[in-house]
Amino acid sequence: MEQLLSEQVKKSRTPARLDFYQSATGLILGLFMWAHMLLVSSILLGNESMYWVAKSLEASFLSKDPTHGYPILVTFAVLGVFFLFIVHAGLAVRKFPSSWKQHRVFRSHMKMMKHKDTNIWYTQVVTGFIMFFFGSVHLYIMMTHPDKIGPYASSDRFVSDWMWPLYLILLLAVEAHGTIGLYRLAVKWGWFDGKNPVSNRKKLKFLKNLLAIFFIVLGLFTFAAYVKIGIEHRDKQGERYIPSSLTSQAKPEALINYQS
Amino acid sequence: MRQEQQNGRKLKFHILRFNPQIEGDKPKMVTYELTEALGMTVFIALNQIREQHDPSLQFDFVCRAGICGSCAMVINGKPDLACRTLTSKFPKGEITLLPLPAFELIGDLSVNTGKVMRAVSERIEGWIHDKNMGEIDLTKMEVTMDPDLADNIYELERCVECGCCLAACGTKRMRDDFLGAVGFMKVARFLMDTRDKRTEEDMYEIIGDDDGIFGCMSLMGCEDFCPKDLPHQHQIAYLRRKMVTVK
Ligand code: HEM
Ligand code: FES
Repeated sequence: MEQLLSEQVKKSRTPARLDFYQSATGLILGLFMWAHMLLVSSILLGNESMYWVAKSLEASFLSKDPTHGYPILVTFAVLGVFFLFIVHAGLAVRKFPSSWKQHRVFRSHMKMMKHKDTNIWYTQVVTGFIMFFFGSVHLYIMMTHPDKIGPYASSDRFVSDWMWPLYLILLLAVEAHGTIGLYRLAVKWGWFDGKNPVSNRKKLKFLKNLLAIFFIVLGLFTFAAYVKIGIEHRDKQGERYIPSSLTSQAKPEALINYQS
Repeated sequence: MRQEQQNGRKLKFHILRFNPQIEGDKPKMVTYELTEALGMTVFIALNQIREQHDPSLQFDFVCRAGICGSCAMVINGKPDLACRTLTSKFPKGEITLLPLPAFELIGDLSVNTGKVMRAVSERIEGWIHDKNMGEIDLTKMEVTMDPDLADNIYELERCVECGCCLAACGTKRMRDDFLGAVGFMKVARFLMDTRDKRTEEDMYEIIGDDDGIFGCMSLMGCEDFCPKDLPHQHQIAYLRRKMVTVK
């Protein structure tokens, strides 16, 4: 009541905050997803590269045994991303059409106008809705199984654990949503308006399309690589990858340790 | 194309006909055929249809030169000014005309933009605010304005209140209380004007919520369909940056 009274005198600053945090969380998530894609695609350079990326992110370089890192770090990182994800979804869901009537009006508006920027907003709504579910599943699994990331472990998850359909949908959803979102941010806050906002927006849109294609193509190749390994590895599900450089050197040492 | 026009291409106009004043009248699409003339605009064609086919056809115009903003309608799916749209723009010769959405329908292609535009002006108090206005000494020379500033204000003042920005806005279509681009342009204009003593905090009181600047979802219908090519995207982004930092 008191708050409502005070808002009669001075308008609440909350809508400004909410808009800011919606954009800030979207920005961090969008950039994170690009980095994520680049890291995950290390599998295209071979099992060893992906293994090295996974172990480095577990800070295995701090540990004496190079095959063991600190997966708890992954749990914390995922927790952070999950937090941003939930905050962003909570803020952005305010913009969803809130009734069947609003949805119907928007759809007929799209059909009438055939206007690109209007249409890609709807793409964001649909992909955002998909991510509510599929993104949450993925994040929860990574948070609770931080140690099971590696060339074989991840590929097993794709194939033997039946995650590939979810990953395929998630890939398309997140890359579309993210690149459109980053374009929208630039337009919304006028970051690259410069002297000629009209032509700069055209350039931004071109860049957005280019980046979306790049990340989706890279993602599909990466997806195929994990599926291929997963199929080949189906009979040995659960076995972990150990890079050849370690199997030749580490084994005798381990034996020595065992004997002494 | 030119050859075709001189030969008098046949044009087909599909026009939404509906008069809410007539009880029991239902919206329907009616097709009128017309011979194209050189330099014909949709506005000229509408006059011919009214003369030759149906004198009851309702549509608005005043200036016929893209200045008054009365003749906005949806032309083949796009909000635009009928008096500035050449029929030669449509190679198929099929032109569908609908009244502007987001406004109260008067009849056929005529909508009540005036009512909405007045409400917008009242909502943002689209006039110079200066508490000391009463003390102005009329015998003194008026303070001069920097010509660049005057130019910049004039640039935003070019709005003709045609309503295309609101009709093209998906947000406005979904949420009727949303202020929309015409209102933001006016706020930006008065914020720029040094004679208006309103501060950014004062403007926050007007547009600092989800019916105002934070409701804009950057769909850019206003930017892409403004017949006067006003810098909507740039001004809305500017206002958003200003309003988000208001203490
Ligand atoms: C459950 C998950 C998600 C939902 C429901 C969701 C929903 C939305 C919606 C509806 C918008 C449009 C907001 C507006 O028009 O103002 C949006 C914007 C955005 N989203 Fe998401 N999103 C989700 C996850 C993500 C993820 C994972 C990323 C990163 C790739 C992301 C990046 C962005 C960006 C950068 C924007 C633009 C922010 C802005 O306009 O302020 N979103 N999101
Ligand atoms: S009649 Fe005045 S703008 Fe078209």
